[in-house]
Amino acid sequence: MPKTPSLDLAPRPGDSVAKTTCYMCACRCGINVHLKDGKVAYIEGNRDHPVNRGVLCAKGSAGIMQHLSPARLRAPLKRVGPRGSGEFQEISWDEALKIATDWLRPLRETAPEKLAFFTGRDQSQSFTGWWAQAFGTPNWAAHGGFCSVNMAAAGIYTMGGSFWEFGQPDWDRTKLFLLFGVAEDHDSNPIKMGLGKLKARGARVIGINPIRSGYNAVADDWVGITPGTDGLFILSLVHELLRAGKIDLGYLTRYTNAPYLVCAHKGPEKGLFLRDDDGKPLVRDRATGRALAWDSPGISPDLAQGVQIGGVTHLPVFRHLADRYLAPDYAPEAVAERCGIAPERIRAIAAEIARVAFEEEITLDQPWVDFRGQRHATMTGRPVAMHAMRGISAHSNGFQTCRALHLLQILIGSIETPGGFRFKPPYPKPPEAHPRPHARHTAGEPLDGPHLGYPLGPEHLLIDEDGQPKRIDKAFSWEAPLSAHGMMHMVISNAHRGDPYQIDTLFLYMANMAWNSSMNTSAVMGMLTDTDAEGSYRIPRIIYSDAYSSEMVAYADLILPDTTYLERHDCISLLDRPICEAEAMADSIRWPVVAPDRDVRPFQSVLLDLGARLGLPGMVTEDGSPKFRDYADYITNHERRPGIGPLAGFRGDGTGKGRGAPNPDQIAAYIENGGFWIDPIPENAQFFKPWNAAYQEWAVARGLFDGPQPYLFNLYLEPLRKFQLAAEGHGHRQPPEHLRDRLRATMDPLPIWYPTFTDAETDPAEFPIHALTQRPMAHYHSWGSQNAWLRQIHGEAPLYVSAAIWARHGFAPGDWATLTSAQGRITLPVARMDALNAHTVWTWNAIAKRPGAWALDPRAPESQRSTLLNHLIGELLPPKGDGLTWANSDPITGQAAWYDLRVRIEKAARPQIQPDAGRQASPVPPAPRDLAQQVKE
Amino acid sequence: MTTLPPPSERKLGLVIDLDTCVGCHACVVSCKGWNTENYGAPLSDRNAYGAAPEGTFLNRVHTFEVTPETGPPQIVHFPKSCLHCDNAPCVTVCPTGASYKRADDGIVLVNEADCIGCGLCAWACPYGAREMDPLEQVMKKCTLCVDRIYNDALPPEDREPACVRTCPAGARHFGDLADPESAVSQLVAERGGFDLMPEQDTAPVNKYLPPRPRDQLASPALPDLAALCATPEDAPAGFVGWLDRALERL
Amino acid sequence: MHPAPSLILFTVLSGMGFGLLVWLGLGLRAPLGLAAFVMFALGYGLAGAGLVAAAFHLGHPERALKAFSQWRSSWLSREAVLAVVTLIVLAPHAAASVFFDQPLPIIGLLGALLALATIFATGMIYAQISAVPRWNHASTPFLFVIAALGGSAILAGLRELAIVLMVALAVAMVVHWWAGDQRAAQPGSDRGSATGLGVLGRVRLLEPPHSGQNYLLREMVHVVGRKHAMKLRALALGLGALLPLLILALPLGLAGLGLALFAHGVGILAQRWLFFAEAEHLVGLYYDSR
Ligand SMILES: Nc1nc2c(c(=O)[nH]1)N[C@H]1C(S)=C(S)[C@@H](COP(=O)(O)OP(=O)(O)OC[C@H]3O[C@@H](n4cnc5c(=O)[nH]c(N)nc54)[C@H](O)[C@@H]3O)O[C@H]1N2
Ligand SMILES: Nc1nc2c(c(=O)[nH]1)N[C@H]1C(S)=C(S)[C@@H](COP(=O)(O)OP(=O)(O)OC[C@H]3O[C@@H](n4cnc5c(=O)[nH]c(N)nc54)[C@H](O)[C@@H]3O)O[C@H]1N2
Ligand code: SF4
Ligand code: SF4
Ligand code: SF4
Ligand code: SF4
Ligand code: SF4
Ligand SMILES: [Mo]
Repeated sequence: MPKTPSLDLAPRPGDSVAKTTCYMCACRCGINVHLKDGKVAYIEGNRDHPVNRGVLCAKGSAGIMQHLSPARLRAPLKRVGPRGSGEFQEISWDEALKIATDWLRPLRETAPEKLAFFTGRDQSQSFTGWWAQAFGTPNWAAHGGFCSVNMAAAGIYTMGGSFWEFGQPDWDRTKLFLLFGVAEDHDSNPIKMGLGKLKARGARVIGINPIRSGYNAVADDWVGITPGTDGLFILSLVHELLRAGKIDLGYLTRYTNAPYLVCAHKGPEKGLFLRDDDGKPLVRDRATGRALAWDSPGISPDLAQGVQIGGVTHLPVFRHLADRYLAPDYAPEAVAERCGIAPERIRAIAAEIARVAFEEEITLDQPWVDFRGQRHATMTGRPVAMHAMRGISAHSNGFQTCRALHLLQILIGSIETPGGFRFKPPYPKPPEAHPRPHARHTAGEPLDGPHLGYPLGPEHLLIDEDGQPKRIDKAFSWEAPLSAHGMMHMVISNAHRGDPYQIDTLFLYMANMAWNSSMNTSAVMGMLTDTDAEGSYRIPRIIYSDAYSSEMVAYADLILPDTTYLERHDCISLLDRPICEAEAMADSIRWPVVAPDRDVRPFQSVLLDLGARLGLPGMVTEDGSPKFRDYADYITNHERRPGIGPLAGFRGDGTGKGRGAPNPDQIAAYIENGGFWIDPIPENAQFFKPWNAAYQEWAVARGLFDGPQPYLFNLYLEPLRKFQLAAEGHGHRQPPEHLRDRLRATMDPLPIWYPTFTDAETDPAEFPIHALTQRPMAHYHSWGSQNAWLRQIHGEAPLYVSAAIWARHGFAPGDWATLTSAQGRITLPVARMDALNAHTVWTWNAIAKRPGAWALDPRAPESQRSTLLNHLIGELLPPKGDGLTWANSDPITGQAAWYDLRVRIEKAARPQIQPDAGRQASPVPPAPRDLAQQVKE
Repeated sequence: MTTLPPPSERKLGLVIDLDTCVGCHACVVSCKGWNTENYGAPLSDRNAYGAAPEGTFLNRVHTFEVTPETGPPQIVHFPKSCLHCDNAPCVTVCPTGASYKRADDGIVLVNEADCIGCGLCAWACPYGAREMDPLEQVMKKCTLCVDRIYNDALPPEDREPACVRTCPAGARHFGDLADPESAVSQLVAERGGFDLMPEQDTAPVNKYLPPRPRDQLASPALPDLAALCATPEDAPAGFVGWLDRALERL
Repeated sequence: MHPAPSLILFTVLSGMGFGLLVWLGLGLRAPLGLAAFVMFALGYGLAGAGLVAAAFHLGHPERALKAFSQWRSSWLSREAVLAVVTLIVLAPHAAASVFFDQPLPIIGLLGALLALATIFATGMIYAQISAVPRWNHASTPFLFVIAALGGSAILAGLRELAIVLMVALAVAMVVHWWAGDQRAAQPGSDRGSATGLGVLGRVRLLEPPHSGQNYLLREMVHVVGRKHAMKLRALALGLGALLPLLILALPLGLAGLGLALFAHGVGILAQRWLFFAEAEHLVGLYYDSR
């Protein structure tokens, strides 16, 4: 008989715990890293952390495998083979930094704009932007332009905040939740935790998504909308709510520009607000019938009637709004077919929104005072929350669709009320409180101001006297006036064409631009290797920082290898993309919990080193020596404004909150506190933040802004009207002729819907199908595949095909399909999915790999059974025969229109992945065959 | 040991909520992480970076599509690990006694030192809850994190399975299913928790909560207030009449 | 199920070996001296080879002794115990036959019964697995027993008995397939009960849990085409029972026996291959995307 086995029931996960911040994605959960003998043994969520409260996703739990990845770079690399080959020589840091300095110094001294510095997944944008500003190039941005700028910009312009780092649903109180176009999102764990809370309470979740997977699978009701038509669906809901008077008139009157009078005089003022001599917008006072400044004390603003001036009636915003959306064009019957949603369903959803908003309102016994000085005894909320992401934003009509969604939220009075949608500090923050974009560069000098910002009219565009874009990505030009995050997806294409000018050095950080983050990937690989008549590369120099052997590495000339997230300092800053909660201000750090075992350096420290070598202002002391030892030193001692630095916690003597002198022990205090700092917002300041006097005061005290800045929501967005006026021929700055019509049509100050450019220009018979990608929850873009645990979950990504398409083409399991778009062709395996919009196919994003990359076997399913939809998606629309280039982007923000893609499908003759990306040599040693990871004590 | 003990007083197990599981695989990986570092041999991965990787996982999440008679198809994410059956066939077939069911809490375990790697227990399990480790060649299965739930080296709030602790959606619950008063038993009673393959007579301890009915929204359409107004055929005008009166009342 | 060569060889060889020991124990073939040596060596050798083959299936053969401990519940353990006990019990009978030309009939009878039980236990290892419906019925151990007795009867040169047993084997195979088909067609469980989602509608696997390989798939989700299976059944039945029957019925002497044995051997290997390959494990319900 075997003995009763003696079990070790109390193994220690490790001999010490280091609390830091996850970076297996951008969600920034707190983690406990259990170490044995200084080696990473186990990673779990930090229960105290505001973002994840102890939970951890698949990626986070697999961090150990990311850290031990065989694809990790080992030392700086100098390219020795042709670009794209992956042939490199390992060099010393001295040599690497000398090469970089030798390339960059002459640029700074003669033409700083010839450096284009763009960053991807990183979260140190306030730092890299500051560096680029000091260098003097106008050509810096992070990746928001191809990611979700529509969402961000529409939110900021409409209501001073958006989703994710800007705000969140009131998960604890909401009773009806509508989720538009989200597969996973940045707020990865918080959304899951939130959905869990709703489920535990039995609250209703409605998922609006062509694909019913993930969050949409647990949604109580699924609306399998036709891609690109959400704006129409939302405006139809608005139609229904208006028709039934189910709107919060009090909220609209108090907190939005609904009462503002819109000038109806023909001429350069038409459509702008009527203003008094101080420039204050006017509203009609119901008591007197007169037009008074909107903030006149004791006024009772009218939403219904306008004022007559000189025989012309000037109506309030709300009347324009009602006239537009009550029109039969927005009736459920009128939109049903386009959206693929039955009219009864649209009606039922509208009715449910109205019912919950107005019959299940929540009242908190919490007095507060608004910015007008008026006291409110309670806080009343409309417990309908909405959240949306790239499903609505990654379309060429995305900005207006996101605006429409915010319009809907505002009409029912649910923003910043209990049960609705809540901002997180430093938001709310209206567009006026953000900077304007800057691009004036002078040799040897810093740029004239921050690169990115929120233009309020044509006067803020970054164009020269001839109307030519000043930036290589053409951000803030007439092609994309409100491109608040830049347009990273246009950089390589424009630089290759020399349009608007040639650059010398392309400097990329943490972005796999030769592969999954590029539109038109096959062509981009060509552009990166293309040469001019003399045989020199069209893009002369490429510097890249990555931590792993990615596809982009193979296309760079100089590689600056980074550490992993467990080996470096990072700063998740309020100046950047903080981790605040709706009821608290918070930020956090990463710190080296293990030392690198190879010749790699934290990129931020390397950038500071480079900056010091180049003598960039702010990075050197008076005697020219480096000002900061490393990034940790910068985090501690850098000040943006006096008393305001990268980290808000433990300032000054260690008790400073938000404001205070640099504290040399700040990082130690963060580590002591679990890697983060959190400061709750007072109870009476937690809702109605844009108008709540207590919040405004608190925010000023915390250094979020320097004076109270209450504002009203922009149902009607006047800056858009200014661009329209320009397109109509008014004003000094005039758009090029070919863009006039488009600007006039799309820059409507009230949300509109128009078909995506691709839909409008595609022959539905030639390309009848919509093709989408979704993020798999267990992978982060291209990183997951090097992770031995995660790649077993999604090692290949078939094309999921709707039942209708499956039947029509006679597909059988094991078949392969060829997809053709106006841009290209791909071939990949297919699988059937019924819970899918009938006209749609999709695949998981970024599973496909180039053979030879990521230290994977070149026969790996990632390269043999998966491919990118990116080969099918142009960064430009198909030529229209006018000799012009038209970006495949939102015309307002420049957001890349990933999900506008239209294709045709056929059964493939041969089961073989197309296109063949060729094999890249691996700059890292071959991976081990088998794994049995265990840290023995 | 291979004979089953008399029914235990406590039956520790998991309750998995199929209404809430978003299919994120967090439980899969955190289980892999904990059990690679703890309980017996590491969960290994053969061909980890190769063309056909094969690793051991004690918990895997399937995705099913369910097509009802009427209404749109639904998707259900379906995590599955050992159900710690009361009537565990995997235990009785084991020739060595390596497989056993604990008498006091009902957890089914493999004593790796005794396992000859014959695979018979995996055959006997109808649920596919056991996997032979490709490198160590011993049988691996969910331990219900027996080395966490009684682990006094962990803070009390962490003495729950790794998969439960990590589940972001809160779709996994752990507790004593023999105690009708326990939170898990209550949940099972309220939500109609069920057994997998009850007809196999394995008497699983783990329970699954069914997805709530989907696509039931049927609010009656909103009434048209313009109809109540003076000029119903001119909706905006009617609307303005309503608006005027509504503003008056504010 | 994965038709592992080690298991096919184990069941075929040990069946043949213990079958032969049944005949030797019963004294139906009662050789003495050198002949006895050859016959017993053959019996012990085949049985032993089968056990060695089985050990190849083990991840840890060095711990094989532990497998003798759980005879109270485990058929595999019982099989192991019975096998060894059989070999031990028969040893005096064998030794006496070889060295003293003096069979020990009582011990022989006991040994024969034990050998029979061993074969039965081998069958029960598979028959007890209710997760494999195709195996989970009484015809499984009987098929094992009859196949073992039949094959070894040929080997022992018991022509008449072999003829009868070949007929029985043909019947047993057909009954086993028929019963197996019935059980496989009505496994009692389906995707609906496996997931508990059957009440909601038609259940279909959309995505397997991992795109990577796993043990369960390799070991238990093995699919043979139906046409393929039918051909193999014909082969198994033809070579395993009918052809030997025909050959044995012809007056071909020793050569006939050899030929029959060869045909039977190939046929029974095919039968065993199919026995595993055709058997569907219920776990397939979680992986099947039909
Ligand atoms: N078809 C399609 N394409 C898309 C999208 C889509 O939905 N569909 N989405 C788009 C969107 S929104 C985005 S944001 C992009 C994302 O695409 P990318 O920004 O390219 O993101 P990743 O693939 O994660 O690549 C980031 C690079 O950073 C490297 N890296 C990882 N960790 C570190 C580190 O610690 N230090 C350094 N220096 N480097 C590191 C990785 O190795 C990788 O090479 O993809 C876009 N592409
Ligand atoms: N696990 C994981 N998390 C991530 C990432 C990752 O790679 N992995 N990437 C991060 C990044 S960079 C980003 S930008 C976010 C993006 O997070 P998400 O916005 O969730 O991104 P996608 O996966 O692109 O999901 C888009 C969803 O929109 C749907 N959709 C497409 N077109 C339409 C449409 O017209 N209407 C509607 N209603 N839906 C539509 C698609 O079906 C899909 O479900 O995720 C972040 N989080
Ligand atoms: S969501 Fe996952 S990967 Fe992203 S930070 Fe959180 S735990 Fe890490
Ligand atoms: S962690 Fe939770 S939500 Fe995620 S797959 Fe597992 S059970 Fe489902
Ligand atoms: S689920 Fe399978 S392995 Fe677990 S106790 Fe039941 S039969 Fe045994
Ligand atoms: S594989 Fe190990 S645990 Fe399973 S039956 Fe065989 S000896 Fe027992
Ligand atoms: S209880 Fe523990 S061993 Fe079992 S599935 Fe959960 S994490 Fe894995
Ligand atoms: Mo993104």
